[in-house]
Amino acid sequence: MEKESFGIIFLARGGQGAKTASELLAHSAVEEGKFVKAFPFFGPERSGAPTKMFLRISEKEIRTQEPIIKPDIVIVMDETVMGGSEVIENLNENGFLIINSKLSKEEMKKKLPNFNGSFHLIDATAIALDLTGNANPNAVLLGKLIKVMEVVSMETLTGIFRHYFTSKLGQDLTEKNIAAIWAGHDAL
Amino acid sequence: MLNKLYSKSKQEKHLVRALTGGAAAAEALRQIQPDVMAVYPITPQTPIIETFAKMKADGKVNAEIIQVESEHSAMSAVVGAQAAGARTVTATSSQGLALMHEILYIASGLRLPSLMYVSARALSAPINIHGEHGDVMAVRDSGWIQIFAQNAQEVYDLGFIGLKLAEETRFPVMVVMDGFQTSHTTERVELLPDDEIEDFVGVYQPQNFLLNLKNPVSFGPLALQDSYFDFRVDQQKDFLKTKNEFQRICRDFGREFQRHYDFFEEYETKDAKEVIVIMGSVAGTVKEVVDRLREKGKKVGVLAVTLFRPFDYQKIGEKLAHAKRIAVLDRAMSVGAYPPLYTEVVNGVYHATGRKIEVASYTYGLGGRDTFQKQIEKVFADLEKGNISDRVKYLK
Repeated sequence: MEKESFGIIFLARGGQGAKTASELLAHSAVEEGKFVKAFPFFGPERSGAPTKMFLRISEKEIRTQEPIIKPDIVIVMDETVMGGSEVIENLNENGFLIINSKLSKEEMKKKLPNFNGSFHLIDATAIALDLTGNANPNAVLLGKLIKVMEVVSMETLTGIFRHYFTSKLGQDLTEKNIAAIWAGHDAL
Repeated sequence: MLNKLYSKSKQEKHLVRALTGGAAAAEALRQIQPDVMAVYPITPQTPIIETFAKMKADGKVNAEIIQVESEHSAMSAVVGAQAAGARTVTATSSQGLALMHEILYIASGLRLPSLMYVSARALSAPINIHGEHGDVMAVRDSGWIQIFAQNAQEVYDLGFIGLKLAEETRFPVMVVMDGFQTSHTTERVELLPDDEIEDFVGVYQPQNFLLNLKNPVSFGPLALQDSYFDFRVDQQKDFLKTKNEFQRICRDFGREFQRHYDFFEEYETKDAKEVIVIMGSVAGTVKEVVDRLREKGKKVGVLAVTLFRPFDYQKIGEKLAHAKRIAVLDRAMSVGAYPPLYTEVVNGVYHATGRKIEVASYTYGLGGRDTFQKQIEKVFADLEKGNISDRVKYLK
């Protein structure tokens, strides 16, 4: 990690696993000795409603409590929630936008007329369905994120995933999800 | 016993964890090992009792969990259990704290040293489940010691300090975190080993309690015109003394664990001309702004209040005596009056210095409204320009 601190925003719909994804990253970063603050946009929590998760990761203590205004990375878990999002327009020039979508690069460009930065497309829902039998794109997108910007190592992330999920999901499903993380990481 | 096993197998290897403020509170309560916890759920406090109940189910705590039908009953159960001689804790928020109101005075008047975590939240109407200090301010005269945490680490640490303070002074203590902004934010928290906490908090030894058959006592007697007044004056005298005990316990905690607390946290205040006074999580946001303005050569600082009740007027006055202009940021509204922290600070500054320092009043963050660094910069800019009036301003 060359930069000292990162601001990451997940744009998603309730139930897609944005909270789990950002907390997995938070646990991983703390495991690596870093500081974190992870919090949702504190609105009503409903399955299917648009949600936002904010995650700061830093080598130094994080004191500010304000929501992230200019993120370094935005992960769009559901492309239907990003229309006109200020968050994307505020993305740092050198920042990264990762979008879960079936669209081609050209098609997506038309949907982002005010965004000049680079973006990464991945059909995380399809990959997740294929590997885990569940459409939640979070595991795949975490792998993609780490490929694009190594905010934590894959080793730490997969270790933390096993630590927290083996008892909940069982070994088989845990390993399928870890395969999904790797698939996101290795996808073109 | 089970607790020991847990600590050996898991905790000592992972002393640094990513926890929400609520989970940090539950972890502190596990290590405190209360005898009784009275529980009634209310957002944004529910994660505390939920996590604690899971610890109970997993055999990690021995506490008797009493499920009640309202917060009025929760606080009544706290009073009963504590009077019986049990180390007793609870947690609440907002309407729950308001519903406890009459029993809060009884807990304090009976000198019962219970610990309560409060995830501070707005009061209805209109209904709102988000963070502010209105609920806590509404009970500031109830005879409970009030300690404010800025983040999850402080929620954890101040739980131990609060419990020890309660048990050594025989006054109840509430440790306050900002609802959602602290209770639901995941942060890095450095945990302390179970055995060291066990040594620090010690075994609860009540002085007078109902189940002590060798020394039978009555709780809650009638006190009429001849004595009620004197009870209240004694309560006030003893309550004010808890300031010194707070400071002593903070020093002990600091010596033991190298994390330091006091009445206030002073950040860059020594030579500061403009100072913001604040409590709770947004103090961190102000520190960030202070650093940036200092880089530009501005002499600014922030004083974050940790101990709000009892309030040390003399000390805060002395700390602020060198400032030219002060802004007090309140996260609560006193309808029809100046906000609570502002009023205390003005009193403190006047009593300690005998002169009138310009103090501006700002209200922020009501009902969970976010407070941005830009708004804090504006407050410092107002102070620098002398843009101060006796009107309360709103950081909306």
